[in-house]
Amino acid sequence: MSVLVDGNTKILCQGFTGEAGLFHSKNSLAYGTKLVAGVTPGKGGQVIEGVPVFDTVREAKQATGATVSMVYVPAAFTADAINEGIDAELDLVVTITEGIPVADMAFVKDAMKGSKTRLIGPNCPGIITPVTDKTGCKIGIMPAYIHKPGRVGIVSRSGTLTYEAVWQVTSVGMGQSTCIGIGGDPIKGLDFIDCLKLFQDDKDTDGIIMIGEIGGTAEEQACEFIRQYVKKPVVGFIAGATAPPGKRMGHAGAIISGGKGTAKEKKAAMQKAGVHVCDTPSILGATMAKVLRK
Amino acid sequence: MNIHEYQAKQLLAKFGVPVSKGIACKTADEVAAAFQTLGEPLAVVKAQIHAGGRGKAGGVKLVRSADEAKKVAQGLFGKSLVTHQTGPEGRVVRTIYVEAGSDIAREMYLAVVMDRGAEAPVVIAAAEGGMDIEELAAHKPQAIARHRVHPIKGLQGFQARALTKHLGLSGEQAKAGAKLIGALVKAFMELDCSLAEINPMIVTKQGEVKALDAKMGFDDNALFRHKEVMELRDLNEEDPKEVEAKKFDLNYIALEGNIGCMVNGAGLAMATMDVIQLKGGKPANFLDVGGGANKQQVTNAFKILLSDKNVKGILVNIFGGIMKCDTIAEGVIAAARETHLSVPLVVRLEGTNVDLGRKLLQESGLNLHTASSLDEAAEKIVKAIA
Repeated sequence: MSVLVDGNTKILCQGFTGEAGLFHSKNSLAYGTKLVAGVTPGKGGQVIEGVPVFDTVREAKQATGATVSMVYVPAAFTADAINEGIDAELDLVVTITEGIPVADMAFVKDAMKGSKTRLIGPNCPGIITPVTDKTGCKIGIMPAYIHKPGRVGIVSRSGTLTYEAVWQVTSVGMGQSTCIGIGGDPIKGLDFIDCLKLFQDDKDTDGIIMIGEIGGTAEEQACEFIRQYVKKPVVGFIAGATAPPGKRMGHAGAIISGGKGTAKEKKAAMQKAGVHVCDTPSILGATMAKVLRK
Repeated sequence: MNIHEYQAKQLLAKFGVPVSKGIACKTADEVAAAFQTLGEPLAVVKAQIHAGGRGKAGGVKLVRSADEAKKVAQGLFGKSLVTHQTGPEGRVVRTIYVEAGSDIAREMYLAVVMDRGAEAPVVIAAAEGGMDIEELAAHKPQAIARHRVHPIKGLQGFQARALTKHLGLSGEQAKAGAKLIGALVKAFMELDCSLAEINPMIVTKQGEVKALDAKMGFDDNALFRHKEVMELRDLNEEDPKEVEAKKFDLNYIALEGNIGCMVNGAGLAMATMDVIQLKGGKPANFLDVGGGANKQQVTNAFKILLSDKNVKGILVNIFGGIMKCDTIAEGVIAAARETHLSVPLVVRLEGTNVDLGRKLLQESGLNLHTASSLDEAAEKIVKAIA
């Protein structure tokens, strides 16, 4: 019924005692997420919100069996935190923090070579698998209540646009298997292709919503992959058709440079790959409903 | 963040990139004095703006006397220089760099960029310089050499040798070229650059290898660890509204349309601009108020939107997640009152406490329209300003 995480996944939070970490950890707990450990160097031994705190990720993993981390550590120290998760051989590290220096992410990606750990983010809303209408595994900052268990997989570079898609899918009565925000940074963990493959191979996902934006060529590469591998219907949207070239549109990775990475090229690639392209995000849910109920 | 050519050259020189002697000037008299100080028969007067194409636009001139240097400077200071990168309004020249002239034997292209595909810096080199590298890449890709730099270890010796070979350098010039490339990569990595470009890199008739022009851009996310770079920021080169927005932690980019928009989230903000255009309107800006916007943030955002005299209407599009819709509605109402809003306002709220939020807006007595979808909101604002 999901990819990467489900209702039984045990997670730990790095940066647990910080303002953002604690706030969102409480929301995850309220949604029934099995948040079993917090990690803040120097604060080991405390218990906050019923969750034991550890000094290191390795200790937290050994004591609690957590396999996934969510990272709210401030940007200047995030690369170190992710590398600690990789060193502790976690299955998945979900990095919410935004504003991480690009060179730090290049360093992290180099450290990940040969490791089994997967990374989501940084600069992303996270990942969520709804289990019931009120509970599930929520690793991130997304509002939980808009989700509903179902059979639509969502993958997106944008936070609020993901919520928009989720809300529509819920409103038309369908629901989501898993929603993954891969983040708006130029160098990051899982990309569209990784997530499309996961959804294609998941027997409980029937259709996929893919939300891209200007900058880079990840969408074009993903469309090539869709042509070769993805049999399930894909509904797509690309943000930034009106963005001027050379300007960074909020996300560090959302920039048209050297005439490359335009919405037009990406939409054309989607069309060529048989993706149901939406000109406005307002019809993502309705389009998925139409495609799946055919 | 970008810096001027003369600043880039000063930084690069510290890392060992050879550059000509030069002096940055603020007045025409300083330019004349700089010519004397350099003491060369030939100097180059270069207008300093954050844009390429200065030569073609008349911003780079050869001069042979202090008088001539002064005359050229008088013609440039305070003038708007329009190049293919500035837009029609151009950029005002406030600084002029006077540099010793070079006898150019050959021009080449050299750059380091942070490459998202390679997930590392990549060195790009071409034996033909002074031209548009993107055009060269499109028409003659084999003319461009690319080498991935290891993100921790940096450039390896064999890569520098391969690059100089590709640039057509041999003997002592190859050694000097490899040293220059190594210095550029080192500067790029130590200073967290997003771009470091030398176009052209030249060989002089005397056999020197050096940087004739230099352009550097920096990763905004890494500026916190480079105070010396941050001090080089020239606010004159940035849109004043964008500078103001940054003070309030708002992500704002000015565009040329007349519908101001305020949105939470970068992707949704871009999508809002797109849908405005789809419905026949023109967005005046990109504005992401972020995930935790409160009343004060919304008021600040409104003030910035309204400081753009082209704005004839405002569209607010918020997907309230962590932020509740009633809180946002209160913020919008307070901001509209405080700014004495007189242009049409369309508010589209969705998410937590949406009914309460919409009710507050309707009962506010303000002249505003509500909408339940982005499409409907865009249609309404386009119609309202028609």
